[in-house]
Amino acid sequence: MATNRSGASQRPNGAPQTKVCQFKLVLLGESAVGKSSLVLRFVKGQFHEYQESTIGAAFLTQTVCLDDTTVKFEIWDTAGQERYHSLAPMYYRGAQAAIVVYDITNQGGAGVCGMRAIFTIELPTRDTFGRAKNWVKELQRQASPSIVIALAGNKSDLAAKRMVEFDEAQAYADENGLLFMETSAKTAMNVNDIFLAIANKLPKSEGAGGGSAAGARRLADGEQPRSSTCCK
Amino acid sequence: MDEEYDAIVLGTGLKECILSGMLSVSGKKVLHIDRNKYYGGESASITPLEELFEKFNAPPPDETYGRGRDWNVDLIPKFLMANGLLVKLLIHTGVTRYLEFKSVEGSYVYKGGKISKVPVDQKEALASDLMGLFEKRRFRNFLIYVQDFDEQDARTYKGIDPTTDKMSKVYNNFGLDKNTQDFTGHALALYLDDSYLEQPAIQTINRIKLYSDSLARYGKSPYLYPMYGLGELPQGFARLSAIYGGTYMLDKPIDEIVLGEDGKVVGVRSGNEIAKCKQVYCDPSYVPDRVRRKGKVIRCICLLDHPIANTKDALSTQIIIPQKQVGRNSDIYVSLVSYTHQVAPKGWFIAMVSTTVETDDPESEIKPGLELLGPIRQKFVSVTDYFEPIDDGSQSQIFISESYDATTHFETTCLDVLKIYKRGTDEDFDFSKVKVELGEEEQ
Repeated sequence: MATNRSGASQRPNGAPQTKVCQFKLVLLGESAVGKSSLVLRFVKGQFHEYQESTIGAAFLTQTVCLDDTTVKFEIWDTAGQERYHSLAPMYYRGAQAAIVVYDITNQGGAGVCGMRAIFTIELPTRDTFGRAKNWVKELQRQASPSIVIALAGNKSDLAAKRMVEFDEAQAYADENGLLFMETSAKTAMNVNDIFLAIANKLPKSEGAGGGSAAGARRLADGEQPRSSTCCK
Repeated sequence: MDEEYDAIVLGTGLKECILSGMLSVSGKKVLHIDRNKYYGGESASITPLEELFEKFNAPPPDETYGRGRDWNVDLIPKFLMANGLLVKLLIHTGVTRYLEFKSVEGSYVYKGGKISKVPVDQKEALASDLMGLFEKRRFRNFLIYVQDFDEQDARTYKGIDPTTDKMSKVYNNFGLDKNTQDFTGHALALYLDDSYLEQPAIQTINRIKLYSDSLARYGKSPYLYPMYGLGELPQGFARLSAIYGGTYMLDKPIDEIVLGEDGKVVGVRSGNEIAKCKQVYCDPSYVPDRVRRKGKVIRCICLLDHPIANTKDALSTQIIIPQKQVGRNSDIYVSLVSYTHQVAPKGWFIAMVSTTVETDDPESEIKPGLELLGPIRQKFVSVTDYFEPIDDGSQSQIFISESYDATTHFETTCLDVLKIYKRGTDEDFDFSKVKVELGEEEQ
């Protein structure tokens, strides 16, 4: 938080000052559709075939540079709490962007075998696209009305096993005003692009996004109250 | 059946969520279950407003209350001490990064039928009508003594032995009158009743130090309150636990805690499925046969469309009514939060009046608190038992938290958590552990 204020001034001398805007972005979607893999690809340029269920971090940050603005994403992973419908409302709070992920093979691959038996769980039919639609509804109900939502049809490298047609998803996205791309965390296809598209669509004006209220502060030592999420 | 957990935690109240987070962080494999379909149990903030009305069997709210979703109403009122244990836990575990807080605007104390601001600095102290001029001087000497007091340095004791001398003796040494004692013990040291007077002075001195250290942190008052309500706190610690591998299941009824032949817990049953574990951590509601009633608390939620009179229109405040002022044995607390904390729509306030129940007519016990509020748009009263465990878990490996008491802050909550953690793991929680590991997350 404390860094965004100084973001612009750290540039080499003489360079034009750019605005740095910070946004909270949340990932949603069924287990094992590749949410964490997308983040890992975007933030660290890595891919692991057998990605552990969660990233193991509170959130990751990555910046995207546009013409006159640097967009800094604070990316929240579900930490597995979506699995038994136990995602906390806190997760959506103040989110200005969301990527809703499904698996174009509709299977949700690696994670199924990785899924831990607790009580015997009746595994839901793996309709990850249908579930994605539910997440979109949930966002429309719970999140800020101005949230930018992107739909990602992940695992596009597995096109041979495709179960969800591109056109079907595109039509759904158009109807609901969502950004849409098919992505592959494995090959990196469209991963940067989808974040870039979101960055472009987010409002960058002063005080945009409806972040924290005036005077509210985080507690860590030395951090300033956040008066606005968008700082010059 | 296939998998055994180190610990199953039942209930997602704040205490259980902190414990779950601490256990996951220390490498334990944790399954965390709640019978409700929402997080927080007793420490949830209820939303939307319709749900709160339904919970208390009231007809649905009319349109003057604004959008139901804009309400987040706590069931148990508390504030965080800015320099207290919960803030330490939040910072050390990194959970603070999920939350934002506002300082509570001021703290008031009730005396002789009206309320006065608890002074926060010299200037306010001099102007205060809480005590006369000479008493102010004596009180100042006492505060300077407390400020300079250092447990490690016997020279600062100045003839008082804080571990054996009673607090009443210390008051007498400084010549403080009954009113000032009342104010000090209840509005600064935040004691619920007067039993502390006969306890070693060290406890009270440390509490007053906590108050003034907390006050020094943000200035207006020693208290903080989280945006969107107290229900955010358990959710934050639950996320910590999940990030460290904890598994979450809401909306899962628990039918039995399964014991082995030696009376030691072996698992938890839901329907005809059993999840195995070595330990269970839970709130009293999951083990009614292992707890006893310690007392009753009355809490009254009041929705207001105006601030409280004589508080300079504060958007958040606390009022303490010391027991003696109204002929009781325990204090009455009034807390106020509002739209500025995103717990109500613009223009709305939520006040809560609470106390430990002393009679058969608890509702009339809180009358002095209600009378301070002015017109109340809607009132919800609950009288709840609070329980303490009769099983310390040493044999059963079932570790039970105490119900939330009537105190206005989270110090006893955190002490209970740390005590349970120690009983369950045989070690003190290592604060340094998390901070180091979380350090590498953000580039």
